[in-house]
Amino acid sequence: MSTTPADGPVLEVSGLSKSFGGNHAVREVSFALGASELLALIGPNGAGKTTCFNMLNGQLRPDRGRVVFCGRDITGMRPREAWRLGLGRTFQITATFPSMTVIENVQIALISHERKSYELFSAARRQGRAEAEALLDRVGMAGAADRHCAELAYGDLKRLELAVALANRPRLLLMDEPTAGMAPAARVELMALAARIVAEEGVSILFTEHDMDVVFRHAHRILVLNRGEIIAEGSAEAIRADARVREVYLGGGTQEPGAEEARPHA
Amino acid sequence: MTLDLGFLLGQFLAALASASALFLVASGLSIIFGVTRIVNFAHGSFYMLGAYLGYTITEALPTGVLGFWGGTLVAALAVGVIGAAIEIVVLRRIYRSPELFQLVATFAIVLIIQDATLYVWGPVERLGPRAPGLDGAVQILGEYVPEYDLALIAIGPVVLGLIWLVFHRTRWGVLVRAATEDREMVGALGVNQSWLFTTVFFLGSALAGLGGALQVPRESVSLLMDLNIIAEVFVVVVIGGMGSVLGAYVAALLIALFNAFGILILPEISLAVPFIVMAVVLIARPWGLFGRPESGEHQQALSEEPLRPLGLARRAAILAGVAGLAGLAFLGGRYGVVLATDIVIVSLFAASLHFMMGLGGMASFGHAAYFGISAYAAAFLATYAGLSMLPAMLLAPVAAMLAAAFFGWFCVRSTGVYLAMLTLAAAQIVWSVVFQASEITGGDDGILGVWPDKWAKSREVYFLLTLAIGAMALVTLQRIAHAPFGYVLRAARDNRLRAEAVGVDTRNHQWAAFVVSGVFAGIAGVLFVFAKGSIFPDELAIPRSFDALLMVLLGGVQSVFGPLLGAASFTYVRDEISRLEYWRFIFGILIILVVILAPDGIAGGLQRLWRWIAARAGFRRVTPDKAEGA
Amino acid sequence: MAAAAAAMLGATALGTGALAEEPIKVGELNSYTRMAAFTDPYKKGWELALEEINAAGGVRGRPLEVISRDDDGKPADAVRIAEELVSEDEVVLLWGTFLSNIGLAVADFAAQREVLFVAAEPLSDAVTMEKGNPYTFRLRPSTGMQARMLAEVAAKLPAKRWATVAPNYAYGQDAVAKFKTALTALRPDVEFVGEQWPGLFKIDAAATVRALDAVEPEAIYNVTFGGDLAKFVREGQLRGLFKGRDVVSLLTGEPEYLLPLGAEAPEGWIVTGYPVEDLGDDPNHKPFLEAYQAKWGELPQLGSIVGYVTLKAVAAAIEKAESLETEDLVAAMENLTFDSPVGPVTFRDIDNQATLGAWVGRTALKDGRGVMVDWSYADGADYMASPEEVAATRPAE
Ligand SMILES: Nc1ncnc2c1ncn2[C@@H]1O[C@H](COP(=O)(O)OP(=O)(O)OP(=O)(O)O)[C@@H](O)[C@H]1O
Ligand SMILES: [Mg+2]
Repeated sequence: MSTTPADGPVLEVSGLSKSFGGNHAVREVSFALGASELLALIGPNGAGKTTCFNMLNGQLRPDRGRVVFCGRDITGMRPREAWRLGLGRTFQITATFPSMTVIENVQIALISHERKSYELFSAARRQGRAEAEALLDRVGMAGAADRHCAELAYGDLKRLELAVALANRPRLLLMDEPTAGMAPAARVELMALAARIVAEEGVSILFTEHDMDVVFRHAHRILVLNRGEIIAEGSAEAIRADARVREVYLGGGTQEPGAEEARPHA
Repeated sequence: MTLDLGFLLGQFLAALASASALFLVASGLSIIFGVTRIVNFAHGSFYMLGAYLGYTITEALPTGVLGFWGGTLVAALAVGVIGAAIEIVVLRRIYRSPELFQLVATFAIVLIIQDATLYVWGPVERLGPRAPGLDGAVQILGEYVPEYDLALIAIGPVVLGLIWLVFHRTRWGVLVRAATEDREMVGALGVNQSWLFTTVFFLGSALAGLGGALQVPRESVSLLMDLNIIAEVFVVVVIGGMGSVLGAYVAALLIALFNAFGILILPEISLAVPFIVMAVVLIARPWGLFGRPESGEHQQALSEEPLRPLGLARRAAILAGVAGLAGLAFLGGRYGVVLATDIVIVSLFAASLHFMMGLGGMASFGHAAYFGISAYAAAFLATYAGLSMLPAMLLAPVAAMLAAAFFGWFCVRSTGVYLAMLTLAAAQIVWSVVFQASEITGGDDGILGVWPDKWAKSREVYFLLTLAIGAMALVTLQRIAHAPFGYVLRAARDNRLRAEAVGVDTRNHQWAAFVVSGVFAGIAGVLFVFAKGSIFPDELAIPRSFDALLMVLLGGVQSVFGPLLGAASFTYVRDEISRLEYWRFIFGILIILVVILAPDGIAGGLQRLWRWIAARAGFRRVTPDKAEGA
Repeated sequence: MAAAAAAMLGATALGTGALAEEPIKVGELNSYTRMAAFTDPYKKGWELALEEINAAGGVRGRPLEVISRDDDGKPADAVRIAEELVSEDEVVLLWGTFLSNIGLAVADFAAQREVLFVAAEPLSDAVTMEKGNPYTFRLRPSTGMQARMLAEVAAKLPAKRWATVAPNYAYGQDAVAKFKTALTALRPDVEFVGEQWPGLFKIDAAATVRALDAVEPEAIYNVTFGGDLAKFVREGQLRGLFKGRDVVSLLTGEPEYLLPLGAEAPEGWIVTGYPVEDLGDDPNHKPFLEAYQAKWGELPQLGSIVGYVTLKAVAAAIEKAESLETEDLVAAMENLTFDSPVGPVTFRDIDNQATLGAWVGRTALKDGRGVMVDWSYADGADYMASPEEVAATRPAE
């Protein structure tokens, strides 16, 4: 599964646009993402990052543009179909199943992956238990397997989401602010994990992030979005040096790159 | 038939007058729902109270224009005060309960107001005076149009306009609108929420009271007014979009027009018209004409504990329950058997509803449809096809399955109260077909003589058969809940977005759950028909659906034992107290006590009681129980 | 309220002449809460009868006890309560019920459990015909019998174009069908030009009245009652529906339906009912009228008669039976003749229908309320189904 066709990019986006009423949230966004690449999408609040993600995995239908995933046009495909092709995601506002235990959250993804969700009589508790434990172990949550999801700390929820997203061995992971709300040490740890996943399993990751330390340290490449448009693209050094980016973050935008603090999310 | 212009105009004016009357009541319900999210089943009772008070007050005041209109207003205000008082005394205590739980309390209020009205005004219906000065008819294009109708035609839009002014020109109105659009925001604005809710209840109830008082010159005031209007009012509110006052007016007009012109073409259809209109509107616009999608995911799921396999204590509780039933059956006299049989059947029915409601997050207001369809199917198979009991029992739930598959397909396209109202529409349409097709179904005379085969004829044998089938069905439902399907279903309920993002077709799973739930309701239905020997349309009508809903909610939606506890206590207690005069009053008070003492249902209440006792007695649980903190 | 609520409906007083003996228990059920307006006078009627029976020494030398229950207007509840009465309270027989579907459900239960059931008020012909059974007897004249009484009068009217309005449920459908059959048999030249079927207690009166008016009938046959009737009458008068038209109306002359209309009671309608105010001189009726007024301080209504007479019939059957076994009680009911305020009444053995009749007359206004005038008592015996019809319709025993 994790073998990506070496010949083409994992994700190819061209001319993606979306407006809400008169508000052009995303305008003509085009970029590509290679195999085993860790790509960051940054930009000030309201730049259109989440909207972009939502169009990539099918949550939102783009007004214009195309999304090609592993050589296949998935524009307008439903999230669940995109997921079956190997495109997983985590949410900016964490989305888990609050009435379940931590491990059950992962088991749901495994059950779905194995297309057993219509089974009426087998016991779900035993379904993929070992595999789920391994996944939790991977994200450092093995000890919390049987805890009630509703009582997890925010950072733990983020890690749980990652475990859930990994359940179907995706080729591409979209992570919307994966480290928001975490302590600095935990952020580094989580991004290191993401980097390992990219390196070891050949998964590609596209993530958004406000913490520039995290971005500059881990991203292979960076895209900068402002008012729905890509204004810069390149390595950490290139972005740091880019005049337009500095202007956005110092002038019209909200924050200076690197000065961003963790924002709490409700 | 002379369908000239005058006639059509007359019919149109009659519809306008009916629409105004309906709108007054519906607007109050819509406002109450918009702000408090309470599905206020007692709204029809406020309407009835308005009529009785209007009758009494206008009788007491000197006759004349002032006496009539003054009396009408006083009646409306009095009902408003009663509504506000009920909000303060009862409803305020349970706002934090799970979704729809308040509905149980409002149902209890229906019972209480019913008997209180009977006590105060007596059983005889009252025909009030006609409106002074408006007691004749004028001729328009050769048609008689009652003057009072013309007044009503004007009153509807006038009230609509007044509400609009209040909502746009006063600070209070702006708050009400804000709360309707986003409830969280009101808290953020630092508004005293209790005060807002109480005043909204005052206004909503007063509008219902006004609607009732204005009916006095048109119809006799009777104890049947509350239940007669409530379904139609809900239909109007839902078609218009819950929370939208303008929507309520448009919907009332729509229903009145369909009624007025529908009976010219197909007189028999009058029973089903509002529900067909509602179904069509909701399929095209899942949130009604002027409604907005319900924002936010289910809040209730947050407090729910993970499903755990049955521990020792719960297994013991189940055994004790079965033993208790058997004891009731065999030691409680000959009638004990009958009551125990009923309890098993009703428990299974409630459990089937709980499956879609508790696990699937889909409340149904029309679950009796599948219970009844299956019962009718069994009756057909036994009487027309001459099948013996067991094959009939085996085949009949297939009918419930097909019906659930058909209606469920439409219903799962909505969510929340709208979904519930679609289930209600489905059930009412089925009901009116069964009711109307008297050639086959016997109409309301029902189908008789559907008794068990000889070997199962004795009450004891039939009880054991019911217990065996019922227990098997309950165990199967439990297994499904603990199977991948049950888990994924809960996942879809907990967070639809997340579930879709891990490849789950949530709608399809909900549809499947709808069907499973229908099949098990159907099994309860076949057990029922052979226990009673007959089946009537009442078994798929609204009261039966609401009984099941109450049982599930009273028992506790969040517990697997909830529906069983709810069904058993509901059936047993009602049977016991229905020997008393004014038993509905007592029953209503009992329900309210439960609701206030155990806002998480009987199951939750018992659990807390148990923990309290355990803490007092000083012993601790050995198992690490997460629930301790909840 | 609390005090009233505490009064047990079930534990009924035994009347004044209670004897030391173990009472004989009979089970009664009716829609006391759902149909309060109609079951209230009925209950007063049988309570009077109970008092009289026990004052006169009870039955078989033992006091009679009535265990009375509310069926909440639901057939399934009624069956459960019937079961409870039979097995828990060990009553020797069942009686009562108002709504036809409940009457039918209890009748079927009675046949299944082999217990005697005396249906008091349900009107559906099916109770004694299509769905009749040996264990079920019925007191009131059926819909068919009353429709035939009315058709006889209607046939003498000049009207040829008829329209009907009836609540949309079995009773209404039955009442229209029976009337059509009976009238066309007498007057082959009439035609039925329109029909309206408002939902029971849900009439959209304006629309219904206008729809009837639109077909321009010469006469109207009405079956609506209760709240529907009040709305229909008020709306019909406002819109001139009844001007120059004959109206024939089932049950409307019964005080239960006529009195709530007050001064708006229609005039000149041909109805079945109960002209209670004119019956003071009737030697059969007088003692009942006086006793009832003495006990309750009001005039009896039709339900009062039904409740009173049914319990009297039940007592007579118990007295006549060889034992309290169902078989003997059923045998005693067949051809049982007993005295009533309308003279002797008999339960015919071929269909278990009583010969109780009904009063047919015209409505009129007197002192601001509706009464019946020009009435005559139509003996039920003259309107019962023919033996051939019974043989053809009633299931073989
Ligand atoms: N469903 C929606 N309807 C209307 N406008 C929307 C919707 N979703 C997003 N927007 C608007 O689109 C713009 C981009 O929003 P988006 O959430 O994509 O930004 P973002 O870059 O993810 O910001 P943040 O860093 O705050 O998460 C914003 O102006 C936002 O208000
Ligand atoms: Mg975002």
